[in-house]
Amino acid sequence: MNDSIYRRIEQNPRFKELVSKRERFAWILSAIMLGLYLAFILLIAFVPEWLGVRISPESTTTWGIPLGLGLIVSAFVLTGVYVYRANGEFDDLNQLILDEVQQ
Amino acid sequence: MIARLLSVIALLAVAPALWAAGAIEGEVQRQPLNVSAIVMFIAFVGATMCITYWASKRNTSTSDFYTAGGSISGFQNGLAIAGDYMSAASFLGISALVFSSGYDGLIYSIGFLVGWPVILFLIAERLRNLGKYTFADVASYRLKQKEIRTLSACGSLVVVAFYLIAQMVGAGKLIQLLFGLDYNVAVVMVGILMVMYVLFGGMLATTWVQIIKAVLLLSGATFMAVMVMKHVNFDFGTLFSEAVKVHAKGEAIMSPGGLVKDPVSAISLGLALMFGTAGLPHILMRFFTVSDAKEARKSVFFATGFIGYFYVLTFIIGFGAILLVSTNPMFKDASGALLGGNNMAAVHLANAVGGSMFLGFISAVAFATILAVVAGLTLAGASAVSHDLYASVWKKGKANEKDELRVSKITTVALGVLAIGLGILFEKQNIAFMVGLAFSIAASCNFPVLFLSMYWKNLTTRGAMLGGWLGLVTAVTLMILGPTVWVQVLGHAEAIFPYEYPALFSMAIAFVGIWFFSITDKSNSAVDERARFLPQFVRSQTGFGASGAVAH
Repeated sequence: MNDSIYRRIEQNPRFKELVSKRERFAWILSAIMLGLYLAFILLIAFVPEWLGVRISPESTTTWGIPLGLGLIVSAFVLTGVYVYRANGEFDDLNQLILDEVQQ
Repeated sequence: MIARLLSVIALLAVAPALWAAGAIEGEVQRQPLNVSAIVMFIAFVGATMCITYWASKRNTSTSDFYTAGGSISGFQNGLAIAGDYMSAASFLGISALVFSSGYDGLIYSIGFLVGWPVILFLIAERLRNLGKYTFADVASYRLKQKEIRTLSACGSLVVVAFYLIAQMVGAGKLIQLLFGLDYNVAVVMVGILMVMYVLFGGMLATTWVQIIKAVLLLSGATFMAVMVMKHVNFDFGTLFSEAVKVHAKGEAIMSPGGLVKDPVSAISLGLALMFGTAGLPHILMRFFTVSDAKEARKSVFFATGFIGYFYVLTFIIGFGAILLVSTNPMFKDASGALLGGNNMAAVHLANAVGGSMFLGFISAVAFATILAVVAGLTLAGASAVSHDLYASVWKKGKANEKDELRVSKITTVALGVLAIGLGILFEKQNIAFMVGLAFSIAASCNFPVLFLSMYWKNLTTRGAMLGGWLGLVTAVTLMILGPTVWVQVLGHAEAIFPYEYPALFSMAIAFVGIWFFSITDKSNSAVDERARFLPQFVRSQTGFGASGAVAH
């Protein structure tokens, strides 16, 4: 019995919309995270002296500090962005699909 | 340029070794008996035993035992996952790295964090929607139960065994160092306590022990960081400039340094860490303790936040140690080296900013950390035996709940005895490779099968079986033939396999093996298995039919 419900869900246009939206969103965010990390590695690899440049002449703080901390913060922000949209918009759409097939 | 890039990747990938072994490698000197630490530790054990007693009253079904009945909230689970990640070795090891080379410590910690968002985006919710108690539920969802469960359970048990040995030996040494207790006494104590948590309290107690420890560790580290910042009037500029003045390396601690290591080994270990995390049974099982995909997502969000915050704290603590510990002769021996080695930087800092009571507190938290991690490992091992091997393979899914629960409790005790035995046996061995091996196996066997079962329609039992076993066997064989075991443990002159970590090769073999033996599988059952992808896909996306789901 479940099998026929699964088939009905699969043919629901809203399901196709949900899957394509959510999948695309997830892959884009993954790409951003890995891209940022890769950029950071490349920076360390090719121009480490950039990260060692002082933010201002009288400060010991180097550019590497805000960049490194920024990467940690961006990991947190990206997960937050995903959870916000997935738990709101996507889950609402999901609930709509489940309600429709169970009528 | 390329060499430079490789050396950077090497630097990033060496981190796990530090993380894994960190505070626990090599000979340690037994310290004088630390009374305030022992008193605080007894308080911790007392509190967690009360929780275990409370949990034992609710611990009546298999669902309670394996997943706390799905009653853990996203926030609580986030703390527990973060707790699993914030090991004693990472707290002491990363702050020690910042203490000795500054900025490099930040680069290391970033490498550990970036895997988490990707786990959230690609794995967490599908896992929650498809699974019940173990990740084998997901891997075997549309494939043959017997074969895939056996494979996944073996993968889990091997990973748990290696991880457990490393933790037990680490616990013994850390306790010698921090408390001045005898190694064997420490190992037996850890073994008995972890069995009690799991046996009586199941997942509920195991999770709460992890949550309490995470809160204690985060508060302790926060206090240390605030005290350090207070010392420099809450100005990062002053913190850095003061540190540069007193550090032997001077301004070099403010920019990337560089450790050069054989790049292939290093990349290989990097892969093992990133994808190994997504194949560790004791991490994956945490996704089943929440009620639905919504909470599973929230757990990763909170976990990422706590882990990131923790790394920022260790960075400040490392710099604080440069300022307050390295300048104080009280913490150094005659030659000017830190008492007990660089790994003690954070512990000495605790003494410097909070006195001996706070030193005792941080020592007790470090021990609590190990207890919480081994309890989770034991539970993951027990569920692999009772749920996957006993109930699903041996009884073919027809075991009654009472028997399954009894088997899981017997397994828990057996694992405890085994862990104590192995901990004592491996005291003098070089165990640094074991966590690396555990991650390599998780990345080469558990992860490919799990990932492809959720994402690739054409996966068949034959492909998953042959590819998965190939990955497992390759990872173990290459590890034995490599420098860490063949040369350092077995004492041969030269390694047959030149690289330290096999994941790059064993992962490739696993993926190619799974792909090849799946697409060439023309059997009737393969056709059925591909057809069952559709319902699996719908359920993984919508949560329809998922256990404990509220979507109705």
